[in-house]
Amino acid sequence: MIDVNVTKTLQGSIGEMELDVALSIKEHEFVAIAGQSGSGKTTLLRVLAGLENANGTIKVSNEIWLDATNSLATQKRGIGFVFQDYALFANMSVEENLLYVQKDRQLASHLLELTGLGELRKRLPNTLSGGQKQRVSLCRAFMKRPKLLLMDEPLSALDPSMRSKLQHDILALHKEFGTTTIMVSHDPSEIYRLASRVVMLNQGKIVQDGSPKDVLLKTQGSQKFSLTGELLEIIKADIINIAIVAIGQQIVEIVLDEEEASTFVEGEMVHVSTKAFAPSLSHL
Amino acid sequence: MELDLEPFFLSFKLAAMTTLILFIVAMPVGWWLSQTRCKCKPFVEAVVSLPIVLPPSVLGFYILYALSHNSPIGAFFEETFGVKLVFNFTGLVIASCFYSFPFMVQPLQGGFESLNKNMLEASYIAGKSKLQTLYFVALPNIKPALMTALIITFAHTVGEFGVVLMVGGSIPGETKVASVAIYEMVEIMDYSQAHVYSAIMITLSFTVLLGVYMFNLHHNKRLGVSS
Repeated sequence: MIDVNVTKTLQGSIGEMELDVALSIKEHEFVAIAGQSGSGKTTLLRVLAGLENANGTIKVSNEIWLDATNSLATQKRGIGFVFQDYALFANMSVEENLLYVQKDRQLASHLLELTGLGELRKRLPNTLSGGQKQRVSLCRAFMKRPKLLLMDEPLSALDPSMRSKLQHDILALHKEFGTTTIMVSHDPSEIYRLASRVVMLNQGKIVQDGSPKDVLLKTQGSQKFSLTGELLEIIKADIINIAIVAIGQQIVEIVLDEEEASTFVEGEMVHVSTKAFAPSLSHL
Repeated sequence: MELDLEPFFLSFKLAAMTTLILFIVAMPVGWWLSQTRCKCKPFVEAVVSLPIVLPPSVLGFYILYALSHNSPIGAFFEETFGVKLVFNFTGLVIASCFYSFPFMVQPLQGGFESLNKNMLEASYIAGKSKLQTLYFVALPNIKPALMTALIITFAHTVGEFGVVLMVGGSIPGETKVASVAIYEMVEIMDYSQAHVYSAIMITLSFTVLLGVYMFNLHHNKRLGVSS
């Protein structure tokens, strides 16, 4: 059981912002922290790791990590941490990166074999690809058999196929070691595949907390599906208007009548949804 | 022409001792400056850099003043340990340490600052102390900066003149280093000796610097760092 109740004043892009988070996390849970950039996600993770100060309390199992008088040193928290930019020790080989954390050759070999890095154990980090580096970083985080694993957007710098391989590795390790995992992520598909719970932050406060399905599905009422996109342009064609909307990497056209079109402004964020027809799925 | 190599020997002995002492003393200062968020950092940086801009005569004057037997420091050392601190080799070493201090601190500080902060944090998370992190992670990853700091300090000490002349004078075999020897040769218009000594200095200095730059190029290639 992890009980977090912390506050901290942050210097955001739009001035001062108060991070104020109260969270209770069960053992072995996989929690994703989502929210726009600048909402305090990374800071929360760093506070949990003891890399930054905050006011309040953090209690993990029966250990007090933070209270009014004390803050347990990062070194003594026994956590695993996966950084977005890997943060591998550049002067050490893959294997040495792991052994530096804990002199346990058996565990190091096991982790490297599990993630398919066995062949690369003698290589220096700078000779590896991004995906390989992040797998090393993941293995390194497990060398202390941490009770708590923290990951700061671990896959955001990788391409989609590499992401899916690493998601598999993360899930396998999370289960094998029985860790409690907290991951900061932007990617809904990643959150859906990995996490059992999503905490949505906005301006330093929790605005949503629930299962990935509840939090991530945007449909309301009788809507069959709903997507969020940016309205790029409204083109007038005879008596109708065509709205061009960017949804993720795709551009779609939506037909609007004159009256509807006049209520939208180019550049605004919009929901694209349908009620009457069920969307269909086909193979690519 | 008899070539007296003693001044060179003295110069290199002085440089080696200064480099060794400064390496131990300046490393924590460089590390602290690179990691601190203290408001006093600019103040400390300015003090550290003073010897670069001050005329050697100013530095030499104060060191002479502070170490002579008329000052409390000089008097203390003379009475307690029976050592004189000026116009001998010990005095030269102390003066050189002050004079070359920024040349050791600045490259180290720059090197430490260029390190990925997350890498150091990863070491703390792994349970390692600051000292272990400094020794096993920080230093091995700033080898070019470390090399630069050591060599520039060494070379700068070999090349110093003003402070050495003021604090040490020109006692053969004790404080008459190469730069002072050359100055004296020019004064007595012994140009042929001055030429030989100067040529030796140029050759040595060039070789040392070339070595540093070649090492750095090789190191950066190996770790995949673009310089």
